[in-house]
Amino acid sequence: MSIAENQSRISESQPLYDADDLKRLRAARFERFGRWLLPVVVLIAAIWLWDRIVVWNEIPHFILPRPGLVMQTLISDWPMLFSALMITLQITMMALAVAVIGGVGLAVLFTQSRLVEMSFYPYAVIMQVTPVVAIAPLIFIYVDSRTAGLLLCAWLVAFFPVLANTTLGLNSADHNLRDLFRIYGASRWQTLRYLRLPSALPYFLGGLRIAGGLALIGAVVAEYVAGTGGHGSGLAFRILEAGYRLNIPRMFAALILIAVTGVIIFAGLSFLSHMLLRKWHESAVKRET
Amino acid sequence: MTPAPMGQRSRVLDMTRVTKTFNGDVVALRDMDLSVNSGDFISLLGPSGCGKSTALRLIAGLSNTSAGRITWAGGQSENDLGVVFQEPTLMPWATVAQNVWLPFRLKGQSYASVKDEILEALRLVGLENFLESYPRELSGGMKMRVSIARAMVTKPRLILMDEPFAALDEITRFRLNNDLLTLKARIGCTVIFVTHSVFESVFLSDRIVVMAARPGRVIREVHVDAPYPRSEEFRTSAEYAALCREASDALREAMGEIA
Repeated sequence: MSIAENQSRISESQPLYDADDLKRLRAARFERFGRWLLPVVVLIAAIWLWDRIVVWNEIPHFILPRPGLVMQTLISDWPMLFSALMITLQITMMALAVAVIGGVGLAVLFTQSRLVEMSFYPYAVIMQVTPVVAIAPLIFIYVDSRTAGLLLCAWLVAFFPVLANTTLGLNSADHNLRDLFRIYGASRWQTLRYLRLPSALPYFLGGLRIAGGLALIGAVVAEYVAGTGGHGSGLAFRILEAGYRLNIPRMFAALILIAVTGVIIFAGLSFLSHMLLRKWHESAVKRET
Repeated sequence: MTPAPMGQRSRVLDMTRVTKTFNGDVVALRDMDLSVNSGDFISLLGPSGCGKSTALRLIAGLSNTSAGRITWAGGQSENDLGVVFQEPTLMPWATVAQNVWLPFRLKGQSYASVKDEILEALRLVGLENFLESYPRELSGGMKMRVSIARAMVTKPRLILMDEPFAALDEITRFRLNNDLLTLKARIGCTVIFVTHSVFESVFLSDRIVVMAARPGRVIREVHVDAPYPRSEEFRTSAEYAALCREASDALREAMGEIA
């Protein structure tokens, strides 16, 4: 039997992996498990180390509680912490929704009218670069409604990434496609609907993921500011309140809730992005490399 | 379908002393005259910067003439033009069928009402089994076929093609050249084709307009009288070689190598 015939028989009967294939398969397997396993291992190690540091150094619980005590507090204070979480989450989601509507709406206006863009874009930048903690006290002086004040603060932080990314996306439509739309006599509305908005979708979703986290940060910062004025009952206010009472385990428990909420928001928006782009965009398409 | 003799073909378009300048002093195109008749396959051949693409943009209405005029016989209507660019220029978020639907969609026609035309156009380019595929799932040649299907789906009076096969490999390019002539024979379209390739222009065209640069202008017209359909035999014929030689000489003249 010739070598060629032999090779042909092998390839017909079973897959033939060379060294590069095996290396690639191993790397893919490691990537698949490592992505989830490694952060979990790091988390467990960090919690263990935290616990040991408290025990070895005999640190009192009102300075640094053990992780177990934080978990106990989380369970025992759950009704209070959960209602506070819901309030923070409500402000975050409302701010994100308004940021999306405002950001996308203004971005569309910018691309439809250069005059509008030149007039308003610098002010959008000013709003972005001014720290929200500096503006928030003024907002709570001038805005009577606590919810409206919190919402305004969170919106100020979350709005810019949506605006900037969507504007960039709307202006990034393929120039040949733009010419094609002109040749076919497309109206402004048709060009926006069928070309510019789909082109901007990946950029918008990138901005949305950033804005999701920023909306939470904005809501928490605003609650801090509002909390000092005696208003508010969100998670940030609970952290402040616990701090005044030296209830450090509750501070940690509230902090964990904020962090987990941020991760869930990011993961949810990443999932949404993946679902919307998975069929056509490079960032979401799996390739065999 | 064999094109009618030149004298019997109806006029599609006239370019009369068309000039295009940029910033007032850069002359991209000077005094270009061109008559396009129904069924013509005209290649614009020349070095970079000779105004080939500028001429196409002027015809497409993407740019205004600085002097001269472009006249559509019987006036210009919505269905006059189909365009194929150097890149396939497909919408990556839309399926093959949705991409081909685009010219109809922009006229407010629903997919259901033009489904037959879309299927027919895709059948003509051999992609009737890829209706629901996305552009990323297609090869470069297949993407270009979709682009051609989109350009011809409305049966326009004139199809403009701006170096459509320049980015493809030689084998795909040869195949698409053959397919393009088959399509032309079936639907009898009129084409203005921009290319850098002497061989491609001789194989495809019945007229080759050779252009020179700085300023962009027409220096010669080469007539290719070989009848359609043209097969691989034509590519290896003495007639083809002689025409390539003639077009090459004209191109060398355009590039200033022949006084």
